[in-house]
This record gives sequence, structure tokens and C-alpha cells, in this order.
Amino acid sequence: MYAVRQWSVRNARGLEWLYSKFAATLLRLHPLFERVGYGRLEAPVASLERRLKGFMFDCHMCGQCALRATGMSCPMNCPKSLRNGPCGGVRPDGHCEVEPAMRCVWVEAWNGARRMREGDIISDIHNPVDHRLGETSSWLRVTREQSLAVETDSDWTG
Amino acid sequence: MNAVMTSDAVHSSGKLEAVLRQGHFAVTAETSPPDAADPTVVLDRVAPLKGVADAVNVTDGAGARAHMSAIACAAILAREGYQPVLQFTARDRNRLALQGDLVGAGALGIHNILCLFGDDPRSGDQPDAMPVFDLDTAGILSTAKGLRKGAYPGGRRVSPPPALFIGAADAPRPLDDNWKPDGLRAKIDAGADFFQTQYCFDMDVLRAYMARLGDEGITERAFFLIGIGPIASAKSARYMNENLFGVHIPELLVKRLESAKDQRAEGRAICAELLQELREIDGVSGAHLMAPKQEASIAQVIEESGVLAAR
Repeated sequence: MYAVRQWSVRNARGLEWLYSKFAATLLRLHPLFERVGYGRLEAPVASLERRLKGFMFDCHMCGQCALRATGMSCPMNCPKSLRNGPCGGVRPDGHCEVEPAMRCVWVEAWNGARRMREGDIISDIHNPVDHRLGETSSWLRVTREQSLAVETDSDWTG
Repeated sequence: MNAVMTSDAVHSSGKLEAVLRQGHFAVTAETSPPDAADPTVVLDRVAPLKGVADAVNVTDGAGARAHMSAIACAAILAREGYQPVLQFTARDRNRLALQGDLVGAGALGIHNILCLFGDDPRSGDQPDAMPVFDLDTAGILSTAKGLRKGAYPGGRRVSPPPALFIGAADAPRPLDDNWKPDGLRAKIDAGADFFQTQYCFDMDVLRAYMARLGDEGITERAFFLIGIGPIASAKSARYMNENLFGVHIPELLVKRLESAKDQRAEGRAICAELLQELREIDGVSGAHLMAPKQEASIAQVIEESGVLAAR
């Protein structure tokens, strides 16, 4: 929902804190996840993630969450699906070129990032979307990757 | 003997369509665009086929890997007097790009296209790439046919339109009694003038398949060029049987390759014999020779078979 999405950006600092705690909790739960099996958890967790992040951020379940690095503004809401933005088409009032009624997702992202402790990572170049990960749980994937200490270019911890 | 569809209007000014409409047995060969930003690499690769094959197919990101663009490669060939068949997949471009490229192909002197769905990016070397597939094969076929008539799907005019001879893919296979050629009919209705098929080395299967297509009235409506190729060895024949979808090389041929002193030469000899056999099958209008990076060997087969000598 658009209003909630905007609230999330306004409260990016608080959400950053909340998310870092949440990520740490998930990481601690890794042994449990292992025992139950990540494969078996995928469907229910992805469903929960879809609903929660859908409500909070209008999440599109790209499976490679960038919220921590994009000021809690989901880049998949950009009509051009930019993972590094904004584009050159932002209107003078900060609205979107393609959908004039909507604030530019990336203008919002930079606003959100400025409120965050580690918001500077928004200037890192983000990799193109890996289309194999669509509709999968970013939470589970990152938890597993981090606990396996696998080198990853994922920019999510939330 | 072969399908001669004189009732149809001629769509292109290309040689492939002319050869087929005159009722000649046509021979096409496949080449793959190189990983090189240099036209001489393209031309060196296809040089053996000059004056030997009626047309040269240019693959489009085969195996879901990036190479020189098919349209650039086909344009290089057209400029040098070859007849390219531009392979056109739905994987990488949305409908706007496809339409632009179809008009562009016409402008570049490319007379033939082969519309394909395209391998999924996940089977290639960059599996994270976005699979576009904005249109399916029927979508590309009907888009090409519409453009040929002079309009974009939205109705805007293209003048002059791209005069394209439009192809689609097929796979000869054993059929059960209830089979109906719905897929082929749909492709023909959508715009296919000709078909180039997957490898078919089993002539008994092919004869039965073509007979069924004849009974169903399909061969009167489109030309069929059957896929064959020089098999390099018994080992590669076994590999093809196990890994290429829908390909069946009869055990007899595999044995023949195995017991040959020079397997490569035997592979060419078998292919030349198949070419001669294809010419005698009702409903078959030609052959499509495929063998990755073996353009020279394909040219040798065509010459040894003598199928073009009769013209």
C-alpha cells in the first residue's frame, strides 16, 4: 500500500534497527532451520515474507532484497525496475516520469538512506536482478548464505 | 514430388523461396555467429558454403549464450551475396524490439527468418539473465506476417514492408494414431511458409511422419526442410541420442560409424546418403544441415551427395 510504503521510508532508521535484530534472530535460528530443512521452510516463509513485506513495502518478491541499501524503498516498485537510480526522468516535484501520481521510488530511497545509520551503502553499485530468485524467500537465502559464510554479493540483511 | 505451391503469392525476392517454389530440392546449412567483432571471422567461417548451400541459417544466441548478434551476422552474409535465414528467438527481446528488428532485417536485405522460442537463459552460461518471452513463437510468426502485409500490430503502416519468407521449427517423430497436426496448423495459420526441423536420422520414422502430414493436408501448405548433419563419430552419435531432445540416431548407423576406419568420413558418407534419400520422400522439400563449426564438412557432404547437380 502506497501510504504504508511512504511511512516505511520515513521511518527507515527505526526499521533498519528492527531489521538488524530480526536478521540476527534468523541467523541464530539457522541450526533449527537446518534441522527442519530449508527446502521445507521455503513455501511457508516465502508466503509470510510476501505478505509482511507486501504490506510494508509493496514488495515484489524479487528474492534478493535490497531494502537495507535502498532506504527501505523497494526498487522493484520503480516502473523501470532500476536497481541503481534514480533515472533522468524524475519530475521536478520528485514524482515518477512513468507514473506521475507516484513519488519516485529512488528519490524516496535516497531520502530514506539519509535517515539510516548505514545508509551510505546506497551508493554501492547493485548487481542486475538474478531472475532465478524471483518468488523465493530472501530471508531464508541470506540467513543460510551468511551462516555458511559463503561469499555473497547480497546486499540484504533485513 | 515436392510441394509446389504456385497458388500462393511469392513473399520474398530471396533465392530460398524461389528454389522451393520451383519445386527444386533445397539445401540449407547452419552457421553460428562468432565471438568476434570482425566480419571477416563470419565470412571465413561460411566461405565453404558459398555457391553450395541455397541459404545459410544464422543461429540466435544458441544454447542461451551471447555471441555476435544474429541480425548483424546475417547482414554481413547478405552483403556478401549469401542468402541468410535469420533465426529469431522470443527470448531476448520484447515485441517492440522484435518488430523493429523484423523491419530492419528487411532493410538489410535479409529475405528469410526462422521464428523460434529460444533456449531458456537457465540453460546457458548466464542463468541469472531475464527471460523476456514477451511473444511466443506464434506471436512472432503472426507479427512477421502482419509486418509483411504492411502494418505493425497497432495498425501503423510500414512502407515498403519487409518482404520476408517466414519459417518455423518442427520435429519429425513417431506419431500415435490419435495425433492431429494442430501445432503445425497453428504455426502455418500464424504465418509459417516453411519448416526447418530438428535432426531426423531415422528415415522410416520420417517417411511415416511425412505421409501423415500429407494425409492431413499440411505438406500442401508449407515446405519442409529436414534437419540432418554429418555425425563426427559413434561417440557423438550416442551423445546426441542421450542429450539432444527428440533426436534418435538408429543403432544401425551408430554401428556403421563405430566399425569405420575413419569415423568422420563415414559420418559424411552417411549424411550424403541421407540427403539422397530425403530427395525421394514425398512432402520433403529440402534438407537443413547442421553441425556446429563444421561448415566445411557440410559443404563437402552437399557436394558429394550430388543432390544439387540435377538443377
